[in-house]
Amino acid sequence: MYPENYRYTKEHEWVNVEGDTGTVGITFHAQEELGDIVYIDLPKVGTHIELGKTFGSVESVKAVSDIYAPVSGEVAEVNESLADAPEMLNRDPHGAAWLVKIKLSAPEELSQLLSAADYQAYAGEEKG
Amino acid sequence: MFNAPPEIRVSDWLKFDQVDRQTEQLLQVFQKSEIVIGMLRGRHGLVLNQKIQVAGALIKATRCRRPEQDQAPGVVLSAKAGQFRKFALHDGVHLYNYFTSRRRKATQQALPIDTLPPLLLVCGLMGQPTGLRCTPLNEIHRTSGGRMVEFGGWDMPVQYSGIIEEHNTVRRAAGLFDVSHMGEIEIRGPEAARLLDYVTTNAVQKQQLGTARYSALLYEHGGFVDDILVHRVTESEFFLCVNASNQEKDFRRICALNRWKAEVEFASDRYAQLAIQGPRALATLQDLTRVDLAGIQYYHFLDGAVDGAPARIARTGYTGEDGFEIYIPPADSGRLWNRILEAGRKFGIKPCGLGARNTLRLEAKMALYGHEIGASITPLEADLGWIVKMDKGEFAGRRALEKQLQAGVRRKLIGFEMRGRGIGREGYEVFVEGQAAGWVTSGGPSPTLNRNIGLCYLPADRAAVGRPIQILIRGQLVDAETVATPFYKRAK
Repeated sequence: MYPENYRYTKEHEWVNVEGDTGTVGITFHAQEELGDIVYIDLPKVGTHIELGKTFGSVESVKAVSDIYAPVSGEVAEVNESLADAPEMLNRDPHGAAWLVKIKLSAPEELSQLLSAADYQAYAGEEKG
Repeated sequence: MFNAPPEIRVSDWLKFDQVDRQTEQLLQVFQKSEIVIGMLRGRHGLVLNQKIQVAGALIKATRCRRPEQDQAPGVVLSAKAGQFRKFALHDGVHLYNYFTSRRRKATQQALPIDTLPPLLLVCGLMGQPTGLRCTPLNEIHRTSGGRMVEFGGWDMPVQYSGIIEEHNTVRRAAGLFDVSHMGEIEIRGPEAARLLDYVTTNAVQKQQLGTARYSALLYEHGGFVDDILVHRVTESEFFLCVNASNQEKDFRRICALNRWKAEVEFASDRYAQLAIQGPRALATLQDLTRVDLAGIQYYHFLDGAVDGAPARIARTGYTGEDGFEIYIPPADSGRLWNRILEAGRKFGIKPCGLGARNTLRLEAKMALYGHEIGASITPLEADLGWIVKMDKGEFAGRRALEKQLQAGVRRKLIGFEMRGRGIGREGYEVFVEGQAAGWVTSGGPSPTLNRNIGLCYLPADRAAVGRPIQILIRGQLVDAETVATPFYKRAK
C-alpha cells in the first residue's frame, strides 16, 4: 500500500526523494479520509516552502484541508494536471496525483519522517 | 436480542467531571465495568438512588457534584457494561426521551433556558464511547460501511460509497437516508390548530387533512427557533417533524406559548425516520406497501403499513427529488432499512449519508438551520416569505416581521456560482465592488451542475441576480456571480 522508498508525515503527506528533489503528495489514507476531492490549491513554481508549514490545500465535497510541507525547499514543479482532474487524487495518490516537486534545501530533515511501515501503523491506529 | 436484565450492581457513582470531559475519561469509566450512560442537569423527574427500568435495562440515577460552569445540580445515570449496549445501540433515543418526557410532566410550563437539562447520551460499539446520540440504525451504519461523524451531537453516517456517487444516485435512481435523528412533536386537542397557528408562521387552521406544510417557529423578534414540517393528521391532531438539534428547544417553545392547553407530546422516541429519495423512490417503496403511493400527492401523507410495520408515509423530502419520508417504530427501522435496500436493488439504490443530503438540499436551495436560517435571521431575509401568512392573525414574531416589511428587509439570501477557481464555503466573506458586504451560508461543489455553488447574505440593494461579486478564499478575492435559484429543479 505505502511505497517503501517514500517518507511520510503524521499529517499524511509523503515525499519521494530522488537526488536533490523531493516529489510530494498526500497519502492513500488522507484521500480516503477526505472523500471525493474536488479542488486543489497549490503554490507557484519558485515559492519557498518550509517544513511543517502549510503550502496548499485540498478540498473535498465537505471540507478544506491544509497540506503541510514534509520538507523545506523551493517548488520546482507543480502538477498542473490536477487543476482539471482533482479526482485523480482519490485514484492514484501515490503516483500520478503527486502535488509538487521540491528542490530540497535541508535534506537532513528527511530523517525525522516516518518509514512506510511506521506510517502504516500510525494511519491504522488513527483509523481505529 | 436481550433477555431479562441481569441484576445491576451499582457501585459508587461517577463524578460529574469524569463524564464532562467525555471520551478520554469515559474510557477510564469503562474499565470499571460500570458505565455512565447519561447525565442530566437542572430539574428533572428522577428519584435519586432509585433503580429504574428503561427499555428492559436497569439503570441508576445518582446525584453528581456541582460542575464548574453549570451551577445547577445534576444527575448521573449509570448502568452495567452489558446493559449499556442495549439502550445505547438499540434504544438510545428511547432512553433519551424517557427522561425528557418524565421531565415534561413536572414542567409543563415554560422553563427558563438555564434550568433546562441537556442530556448527554453516551453510546458506542465495542467499548468505544463516542459521547454522541445514536439513531436506532447506528449499529447497521457502523457495520455496513457508513463513515460516521459527529453531526449536531449525533453519531451519523456522512457517507457510504462517496458523497458524489450517492448524490448522483439520488438524482438518477434512488437513495436511502437514515434521518431518525430528526425530532417529532405531536399536538392534539380541539385548540391544537389555534396553538399551531400562533406558534408557527404558515396557515394551520386552513390546512387540509393529510397534508404537510413547511413552516417556521419564530421568536418574538422574528428570528428562527426552527424550521419545521407540520402534518395535519385529523382536525385536532398534528404531527411536527423538527430539526434534531432543535427538538428540545422547539418543544419548550411550543409549551411556553400553549395558552390553549393543547396536548403537546415530545414524541421522538416513538419514531425512526427513513427518507427514500429519487425518481425510483416510488417504485422501490411500492414493493413494500399496499398504499397506492402514486395517489399521494407532493406534500401529502397517508398512514399505512410498510412491510407490515405501521408507517406514516409522506411524499416530502430534502433533496429536490421526488420521494418519501416514512415515520416508523424504531424497532422496525433496521428491518425496513434492509428491505428497502433489497427492493431498490434493481434500480441501483444506495444507502446515503448526510454529506449527499447536504449537497442535494443545497442544489435545491433548501435552508439548513444554523446556515441559511437561525435565531438572528427572519424568514423574510431568508427568502422564505412564502411560509409566512401575515393575513392569518396574530402569531409569535408577527410584529417584528410587520416592522421589517414596512422598513424594508436589509439583507437577503441569494445564490451564487463561482466564476474564478475556488470554492466559496460557509463563513467566507462576500465582497461587492471591493467592499465586504456579506457572508456565505453554505457553499460547495454541485455534483449535478459540475460547478461550485453557494448561498450568501448580501445587503438587499445588492442582492440582485446576475451581479459580479467576490468571495474571500484564504486571503484572495475570487470572482463569483449572483444567480437565480434553485440551482437545480427536477423535471416534473
